[in-house]
Amino acid sequence: MSASGAAIRSGDVPPRRRVSGGRLVVYLALAVTTIISVFPLYWLLLYAFTPTESSIKLPPDVLPVHFSFLNFQNLFSRAPLVWNWAANSLIIALSSTLFHIFFDTLAGYAFAKKRFPGRNLFFGMIISTLLIPPQVTLIPLYLLVRQFGLINNLWGVILPAFADVFGIFLMRQYIQTLPSELEEAARIDGCSEPGVFWRIILPLSKPAIAALAIFTFVRSWNAFLWPLIVLQRTQTYTLPVGVASLQEEFVINYGIIFAGAALAAVPMIVFFLLFQRYFIEGVRLGALKG
Amino acid sequence: MAETTLTKAGTQVVPQQNGIKRFVQRYGWSYVFIAPSMLVFVLFILIPAFSSLIVAFQDVKLRGESTWVGFDNFREAFTSQSGVFVRAIGNTLFYTVFTVTANVIFALIIAALIQPLGRRAQTFFRAAYYLPAVTSAVIIAVVWRWIFNAQWGLFNYLLGLVGLGPVGWISDPDVALASVTLSTVLTVPATGIVLFNAAMGGIPKDYYEAAELDGASPLRQWWSITIPLIRPVLLYVVVLYTIASFEVFDKVIVMVPTGVANSTETIVTQIYRTGFEQFRYGPAAAQSFVLFLIIAVIAVVQFRFLNSDVEY
Repeated sequence: MSASGAAIRSGDVPPRRRVSGGRLVVYLALAVTTIISVFPLYWLLLYAFTPTESSIKLPPDVLPVHFSFLNFQNLFSRAPLVWNWAANSLIIALSSTLFHIFFDTLAGYAFAKKRFPGRNLFFGMIISTLLIPPQVTLIPLYLLVRQFGLINNLWGVILPAFADVFGIFLMRQYIQTLPSELEEAARIDGCSEPGVFWRIILPLSKPAIAALAIFTFVRSWNAFLWPLIVLQRTQTYTLPVGVASLQEEFVINYGIIFAGAALAAVPMIVFFLLFQRYFIEGVRLGALKG
Repeated sequence: MAETTLTKAGTQVVPQQNGIKRFVQRYGWSYVFIAPSMLVFVLFILIPAFSSLIVAFQDVKLRGESTWVGFDNFREAFTSQSGVFVRAIGNTLFYTVFTVTANVIFALIIAALIQPLGRRAQTFFRAAYYLPAVTSAVIIAVVWRWIFNAQWGLFNYLLGLVGLGPVGWISDPDVALASVTLSTVLTVPATGIVLFNAAMGGIPKDYYEAAELDGASPLRQWWSITIPLIRPVLLYVVVLYTIASFEVFDKVIVMVPTGVANSTETIVTQIYRTGFEQFRYGPAAAQSFVLFLIIAVIAVVQFRFLNSDVEY
């Protein structure tokens, strides 16, 4: 919506200011900020594919002139657990995403369309947890998860991450905008309540679900503090926790760390480039950290 | 809390047997639909939140009875290891003031610069700015650690070209906190740009046309039209970034794992060390509570300011 507004505005720029000096400065500033923005990622990929011997030198190579897979070979042979870490990250991210999609849509539907005693109270309760920063509940949550015997267990990461306001809020906002006629028609045709949810609400909510799924996936893939606390055995690490641990192990051989870091970063970069539209939409709808 | 309300609603209709039936028939599915979410919220946020108050006043033992210790944990939280937590609060404030100011101003300027561009150009720049935000802070910190490397890092190389340095970016206790702060200042604030960009797109363009007729410069238009009209979003972004900086942990622990003589300790790194390196759960919970108070104060300030609505 904002894009179309801007397009209109840029469309009727009076012809007298075609390529002014000001325009040039603007483009220059944007080019510089773009370089600053993507530079760390470029440096990451560059050093991941440059053998450590070639990267420890001055001046540093700015282009991949020593391109090789050596760092990755070293990573896989000297830190073979990296496969476990990747698998753990994937399991955590996928199951968190599936949970969020299903249960957030379910709750969002109830809060958006249904009238029932205590509705506002329950919704208010959920929203009020926004005021509690996750770091505040760190210690008691750890003691709780410990009591459940979920330390070193992926469920110890997946379950607490499921308590997150964003998804329910997003789904409620979206489902509120859906017309109620379809639900009512389905009900008249004898469709059960779960049937209405499964056949009508879920398919109609696809755009919001897409934004929610992408955000949840990226967030759980990148999560660090909580997995660091819960997953203490090396086999149970996620990629970010594992990469941080590589730092202590391979102080000199920095290429290995960069290869591990690239392994954690590249899937999300590809993911973003594929689904960019939904990301930006998600930020606008729910405004997340970044 | 959830249980009491449910039973309260239940007891109201207990007298008639088919009253319950009707109630379940009418509302049953609604409760079933919200039950899984409510359960995890109660279990993983509300109960821990309340028990954090308890833990903060207890000497927690993993085996055996925990005992009440009054304000001892708070005293210990602030005084142990010669008051490193006080230093951590100061460091976090330093980090927050500089990064939030820089990030918000940066976001305002960039959002205003990409606003007049065509649709495609806007999409391109938003993507370029957002790309690093989908990468884990740990990964970005790994790269920064190398950029800051005293011997082979990019910064010291560039300084060397003009005959300066070398600087111990993350090894010198006098510089390390500034370096961590600098790395965040040099991170393009993607969320802020996207939100400002959306808000600026909603401002009617006749305002700008009128201002242009009156001879207002683009800078003057930005200051007198754009900024006042996006104020609610502006304040929201300020609070968002402020809370995020108060919670800074990932990048600090990865870039400066040792904390170089406590010079880069932040509130959350202290909570982590107290709780999960030294296993002093009580003092760590007390430190968490202090963090909660600080963030609550910010939230109150936020609501004060956000109440002023802007009409377009």
